[in-house]
Amino acid sequence: MNAPAYNFAYLNEQTKRMIRRAILKAIAVPGYQVPFASREMPMPYGWGTGGVQVTASVLTPDDRLKVIDQGADDTTNAVSIRKFFVKTAGVATTERTEEATIIQTRHRIPETPLTADQILVFQVPIPEPLRFLEPRETETRKMHALEEYGVMHVKLYEDIAQFGEIATTYAYPAKVADRYVFDPSPIPKFDNPKLDDCPALQLFGAGREKRIYAIPPHTKVKSLDFEDHPFEVQRWNEPCALCGSRTSFLDEIVIDDKGARMFVCSDTDFCAKQRDGR
Amino acid sequence: MYVAVKGGEQAIDAAHRLLAEERRGDRSVPSLTLAQIAEQLTLAVDRVMNEGSLHDRELAALAIQQARGDLIEAIFLIRAARTTLPRFGYSEPLETRRMRVKRRVSAAFKDIPGGQILGPTFDYTHRLLDFSLAAGLEPPEAAVAPTGLSTDMPRVLELLDSEGLIEKPSQEQGEPGDLTQDPLSFPADRDLRLQNLARGDEGFLLSLAYSTQRGYGRTHPFAGEIRVGMVEVSFTPEELGFAIVIGEITVTECEMINQFKGSAMVKPQFTRGYGLCFGQSERKAMSMALVDRSLRSGELGEERIAPAQDEEFVLSHSDNVQATGFVEHLKLPHYVDFQSELVMLRRMRAEASGDGQTLKAAE
Repeated sequence: MNAPAYNFAYLNEQTKRMIRRAILKAIAVPGYQVPFASREMPMPYGWGTGGVQVTASVLTPDDRLKVIDQGADDTTNAVSIRKFFVKTAGVATTERTEEATIIQTRHRIPETPLTADQILVFQVPIPEPLRFLEPRETETRKMHALEEYGVMHVKLYEDIAQFGEIATTYAYPAKVADRYVFDPSPIPKFDNPKLDDCPALQLFGAGREKRIYAIPPHTKVKSLDFEDHPFEVQRWNEPCALCGSRTSFLDEIVIDDKGARMFVCSDTDFCAKQRDGR
Repeated sequence: MYVAVKGGEQAIDAAHRLLAEERRGDRSVPSLTLAQIAEQLTLAVDRVMNEGSLHDRELAALAIQQARGDLIEAIFLIRAARTTLPRFGYSEPLETRRMRVKRRVSAAFKDIPGGQILGPTFDYTHRLLDFSLAAGLEPPEAAVAPTGLSTDMPRVLELLDSEGLIEKPSQEQGEPGDLTQDPLSFPADRDLRLQNLARGDEGFLLSLAYSTQRGYGRTHPFAGEIRVGMVEVSFTPEELGFAIVIGEITVTECEMINQFKGSAMVKPQFTRGYGLCFGQSERKAMSMALVDRSLRSGELGEERIAPAQDEEFVLSHSDNVQATGFVEHLKLPHYVDFQSELVMLRRMRAEASGDGQTLKAAE
């Protein structure tokens, strides 16, 4: 019994080549879900194995990696994934959005605008936007091929009929480059506008579901809506209690057992930057 | 006061140390050795090798110890190690006909050429706790058979085949697929379905198989033959060009005989379901054979109405490493999404009460 020696960033080169080919195809067909032979990773499925495989495949020794979960660098799973890459790739890490060359994220897009020399890697649980309307993969692939997205509009319309507005608040479906409807992963719809015309390359990895998709830089991403019910994002009545930002996504923190609340930025780096006046 | 969780890094390190201590248990009790696990928890080791998809008793024993006996966690450890191993080729197909049989039974015939061989089985034990084990007593030595067993035992299904009573074994040509190297797509051929079932969760397959017996896609099965024993594994290295034996492994093979199928062209015949597992894993091999047969309902022209006949349902949910990861990921923070829902729900409720309405359902 020998303890195995691991390659740079854990995956062997053969696997990385396979994943890079899937990434290239994904970039060539924006929003299309490319099947890939996802590997078992040393962290559980559903905990970012897709994102980790994508990051491992694009990572070079010169990169500076940032990992966030819920917008924060110090959430336990973000810490765990960052440590994984420090251990297996020895790359530099940072918490500052503007210093990172690769940012792996779960559930948020940083508030600080991204630049052309950055890659944003999303962890995706369910890549198929139509999955909850049609559970069969054989059917949903057909629907994408035929650009048959009527059921999605019916679903959004039913929301309006029932609740008076579209009741999807995260993983909000959008159309990429006027062709594929895609699931932006469970980011709040607050972040959807950041997907559009973004200078950075955006890669999406779903490990358990074995799919990779991409939004190349400066690609049109349009959140689905209706003329009389335009897409809109969440708003808060108060600013961040720590930095005073009125433009960022706020987490609600319960601070006592009497129901008192405070609202603070979910993006911890952005919040610190506002406070430091960086 | 700001009470959000900070210091994830220290917390994780401390949690890992605590986990290691809990795993070790009372330090005055001697630690298990891998040999003890590999030799005495053999069926747990077999299960971990099957669903971990790697034949290595020692690594499986290590995984079981490290996982504190949680077999799905152990399977996960093995899978994560397996995926990093270099792959130097595929073995030749196993010749289970030439198995060194330790156990072999058929429920279809009273006697069969080569004989019914009971072997080591729980089947006819009375499930009474054995306190002599607790007292540390060694069992008496097993008896040795007066004559050696044949190493060329005909398969029971071959006997039926010679009369044309059962369909021919699958005649699919070409290299079998490998779902660890290529993503599974639907419809999946039988080779990939069987690979998926071999790696699938024993409990999931057991329940699906059970459901077919209770009427959800009934296949009227008979256990044609179950055999357990050692088979040689052969491999053809490129530089040699001929097959060499690289070792022997224990496997369990199950061939089910299921109710007939016929047409205007072909006379009615029994149909087949097949299961093969590492080690002595009869429950798994039988479940696999039942589910394999159910998944063939499409090709056999049966109406697909039951869960066990639905290949997207079965193959997409059989893997316990995937299943446990996704179920347990609900432990990860979801507060951004939850916050989004809170904001919307509060606004909808405010709007509703502004209209003089009440949202009883949301109270």
